[in-house]
Amino acid sequence: MEGELVLLDFWPSMFGMRTRIALAEKQIKYEYREEDLRNKSALLLQMNPVHKKIPVLIHNGKPVCESLIQVQYIDEVWNDRAPLLPSNPYQRATARFWADFVDKKIYDLGAKIWRSKGEEQEAAKKEFIECLKLLEGELGDKPYFGGKDFGYVDVALVPFYSWFYAYEKCGKFSIEAECPKLIAWAKRCMQKESVAKSLPDPEKIYDFVLQLKKAFGIE
Amino acid sequence: MADQVKLFGMWASPYSRRVELALKLKGIPYEYIEEDLSNKSSLLLKYNPVHQKIPVLVHNGKSIPESLVILEYIDETWRNNPVLLPQDPYERSMARFWAKFVDEKILITTRMVSFTTGKEQEQAIEELTEQLKLLENELKGKPYFAGEAIGYLDIVVANFLVFWFRNLQEALGINMFTEEKFPIIFEWTEKLVKIKVVEECRIPKEKHLVYIRTRLEALKSASK
Repeated sequence: MEGELVLLDFWPSMFGMRTRIALAEKQIKYEYREEDLRNKSALLLQMNPVHKKIPVLIHNGKPVCESLIQVQYIDEVWNDRAPLLPSNPYQRATARFWADFVDKKIYDLGAKIWRSKGEEQEAAKKEFIECLKLLEGELGDKPYFGGKDFGYVDVALVPFYSWFYAYEKCGKFSIEAECPKLIAWAKRCMQKESVAKSLPDPEKIYDFVLQLKKAFGIE
Repeated sequence: MADQVKLFGMWASPYSRRVELALKLKGIPYEYIEEDLSNKSSLLLKYNPVHQKIPVLVHNGKSIPESLVILEYIDETWRNNPVLLPQDPYERSMARFWAKFVDEKILITTRMVSFTTGKEQEQAIEELTEQLKLLENELKGKPYFAGEAIGYLDIVVANFLVFWFRNLQEALGINMFTEEKFPIIFEWTEKLVKIKVVEECRIPKEKHLVYIRTRLEALKSASK
C-alpha cells in the first residue's frame, strides 16, 4: 500500500513540517530530500512546475503539491490509522475552515513581524495576537483542536510554534503572555513524537531568520 | 425533520454562484438571502464572525463559510449524483490543487489586469494568459475537468472564469479570453451551458457590466 514516497522539503518550512507530522502520525516510511531553495533541483521543478515550491510529496512518481492538500491526501490514502480529519461532515468543514484561516493569516503576519519594524511591525503584532486569540477561542477547553485526539487543525498550526521564538525576539513581545492557552496546547502537541521530531529547534529557526534578515538587508 | 438550508450570497459574486450551482446540481432545496455588502446583515455577521463574508451556507442552524469548504461539505452531506469530488485520492488532490490555483493565483492576476494600465496591464494579461493555458491543459482529453461529468473543478472554473471574467474583460475593454486562444475551454463552456441549472446560475450579463463599471470607476476615483 505504501509504495514509494519522497518528500521534497526545506527544514525551516512550516508547510513542510505539516506533511512530516502527518506522515509520522501514520507511521509511514518515506525518503526526505532537503532542497536548496536558491538552487532548486530538477526534480522539484519537474514535480511542481506551477509553483516551484516545497513541500512536494511524490507518491509512486506522482506529485501532490500544497501542504494541506498533502495532509488530506495522506489521511485519505492511509485511512486505516490515526485519522486526522473527523468523519462527521460538519466537523470536517469546521476543521477545513480553521486550517484555511491559519493559511490565510498566520504565515503572512508572522513574516511581517520579523521583516518589518516600527508601526508596520506593531500593527502586524497586534493582528497576529488577535488571530491567535481567535484560535484559542476555537480550541476552548479541548486538549486539541481535533477534540480529544490530535487532528487536522493541530497539524496545520503547530509548525508555527517552532517560529514563535523568532517572532518574539524580532518583535520584542511574549506570545505566551498574550495567549497562554495556545502555548499550553503547543507544548501538549510537542509531547507527541510525530510533532517533536518534525519541528526544528526554535533557536535554529531564529538563527535562520537572522541570516535572512542579513541577506535582505533588514536590521 | 426536513432539512433547512440557507445560503447567504451576493448576486455578482462568483464564489456565491458556485455554491448555488452545487446546490442546484444536487437538487437541494434552499432559501437564498441576498446580502448588501455595504450594509451586512446581523445574521451574516453572526454566521461568519471571523471573515464577515459571503457565501455562507447555514444547514439546520449550523454555519459553514468559505466557498471551497462549502462545496466539499455539500458533496459529503448529500451523497447523491452528481458526486462533485473525484473518488480517487490522487484525482481529488489534483482537483483541490487547481481550485486553489484559481482562487489564489488567477484571482490576483485578474486584479492586476483590472487595476493597471499600459505596460503593467500588458504584463498582467500575459501572466493571466499563461495561467489560463495551464488550466486549459487540465481539460485536455476529457469532456469536463472532473472527467465524464460536471464536478467540483468545473463548478469553480465556470463561475470564476466563464461567468465572471468574460464580463469583466468586456467591461475593461480587453479581449484576451477568446475562442482562438483557448479553444478547449470554449468547447467545454458550450457543453456546460447546455446544462439547465448552469445557465440558471449565470451572473446576469447586462446588470453585471453596469456593476463592474460602477465599481471600477469608484475605485479609480478613490485612488486619485
